[in-house]
Amino acid sequence: MTHEAHIRVVGDDLDERSLALRRLVVRGLDGGKRGHMGSAFSLIEMLRVLYDDILRFDPKNPTWADRDRCILSKGHGCLALYAILADKGFFPAAELDRFCQFDGMLGGHPERAKVPGVEASTGALGHGLSIGLGQALAMRLQNRDSRVFVIMGDGEINEGSVWEAALCAGKHRLSNLVAMVDYNKLQSYDRTSIVQDLEPLADKWRAFGFDVREVDGHDVDQLHRVLSNVPFDCGKPSAIICHTVKGRGIAVAEGNPEWHHRSKINDDEVAAMYAELE
Amino acid sequence: MRKTSLDCVYELARRDPRVVFIGSDLGAGTLDSFKEEMPERFFMEGVTEQNIIGMAAGLAMEGYIPYVNTIATFITRRCFEQVAVDLCLHNLPVRLIGNGGGLVYAPLGPTHLAIEDISIMRSLPNMTVVAPVDKEEMARFVPQTLDMPGPVYIRLAKGGDPIVSRAENGFTVGKAILMRDPGDILLVSTGVMTNRALDAAAALEATGGLRCGVLHMHTVKPLDDAALLDLAGKVRGIVTVEEHTLVGGLGSAVNDLLGDRLGRRAPPVLRLGIPDRFPDKYGTQDDLLGYYGLQPDAIANSVREFASVHLR
Repeated sequence: MTHEAHIRVVGDDLDERSLALRRLVVRGLDGGKRGHMGSAFSLIEMLRVLYDDILRFDPKNPTWADRDRCILSKGHGCLALYAILADKGFFPAAELDRFCQFDGMLGGHPERAKVPGVEASTGALGHGLSIGLGQALAMRLQNRDSRVFVIMGDGEINEGSVWEAALCAGKHRLSNLVAMVDYNKLQSYDRTSIVQDLEPLADKWRAFGFDVREVDGHDVDQLHRVLSNVPFDCGKPSAIICHTVKGRGIAVAEGNPEWHHRSKINDDEVAAMYAELE
Repeated sequence: MRKTSLDCVYELARRDPRVVFIGSDLGAGTLDSFKEEMPERFFMEGVTEQNIIGMAAGLAMEGYIPYVNTIATFITRRCFEQVAVDLCLHNLPVRLIGNGGGLVYAPLGPTHLAIEDISIMRSLPNMTVVAPVDKEEMARFVPQTLDMPGPVYIRLAKGGDPIVSRAENGFTVGKAILMRDPGDILLVSTGVMTNRALDAAAALEATGGLRCGVLHMHTVKPLDDAALLDLAGKVRGIVTVEEHTLVGGLGSAVNDLLGDRLGRRAPPVLRLGIPDRFPDKYGTQDDLLGYYGLQPDAIANSVREFASVHLR
């Protein structure tokens, strides 16, 4: 199946939970009057399924030693992470109103020292998988059954450091490590196929020693099914290529590189986004 | 010095289960005993410096104390962003042991020299930067790294360097060691340049009666402000000596401190080091130190000239 076959078309229905999480993202966009909107909206269902059904965590004890770790390596998608963390009670949703503001807790990239539930300070791309595999090695050394999920962007995996980490994870047969790629096919400048083609992407991860699955990254049932089955191979790290649509949920933003990052977002745009997400 | 530092890591690992070792693609046989006795905490991850730093960060986040070892320039320049973000921003207890600091890899040319490592490491918040003078000082220092809270960069020299440190001086990170009492001039040096500075000071006294102190600033960050400010008030001139570019290293750190704290009351400062250009010669470390005027005789000559201007 080619990746195009997975992509939904604009206008597909999102259920109320997906809409509500997107409204939280809009709350953050409104708070900061800016944000990587498209990059956050492609992530919502991946994070939703992870935090609703897959990850083991305790919002009242964010550093609980036996939690599963989830690193948003594409840190610019942080509004989606903030939305789910607020939804789960790691911090009050009102923090989103101060997104990117001088004294705010939530910056334009997530910081471990500031935000409960954020496992690693990311934003500089290509760091998360190495940090995650270090954590996965630690879990193995400590005989913990915690797992580590690392979510990367498709533009992000242009970075050579990602493939250094992939080599290393494959060598160590880290079955407690799950690499997820938010494959929305658009990086900042243009389509990934034009800027730096990643295909054949699944084969690349396979070649580095991962057991690979491809899913529709907006299909909650598919995500649930696949994520419930990691590790796919008890002797290999897992990779899940999530075919997504950048800006998913807002028609004007879907697949539109101009919505990768927006600044000076005005009240009318915010109102229009809320209206579309009702 | 390298063997001593790695032997110390091995000893630390034997008594503390938090200690792990990560190498890149080091020489065959490196830390074989560590690998045999504690294979689960011994990692050799190939030529993947960026990955190694991130991996060390992940291990440190989970309570481990990683000691990372590879060639100094590759552990500083190659993975600078990982060092800055993964280690320093997270303020994690990872120790970077850089082989061949300064001009050690002279025959291998500018790709392998580490002449700006101190400068770039000291630019990072939370980083501690240490360059011991000999293997005995290294042995006093490394055990202290076990419980330091943040990242540490350890600059290694060639090995076989003369022993000039003394047990009675002890070793405390961030506390400079006055190895020779000053007269009118104070030499401030780090790493193995302290042995050259001591030789230069001895020659100056023997040949011309110019009394020079030597302050061994083994920790370049945090700089020992108190020691330096105290001595700056007692001498008429300071000469810094470093096997490092003059851009941002020990001399710069000393000048920054004196300028900020003493202003016009600061004694005159001469900085000896490597000029701001890529080295264009090979040979040996000693050859290049000679080329840059950093062997004892040349240091003494520079000090004499400096004194002739400022001590009249």
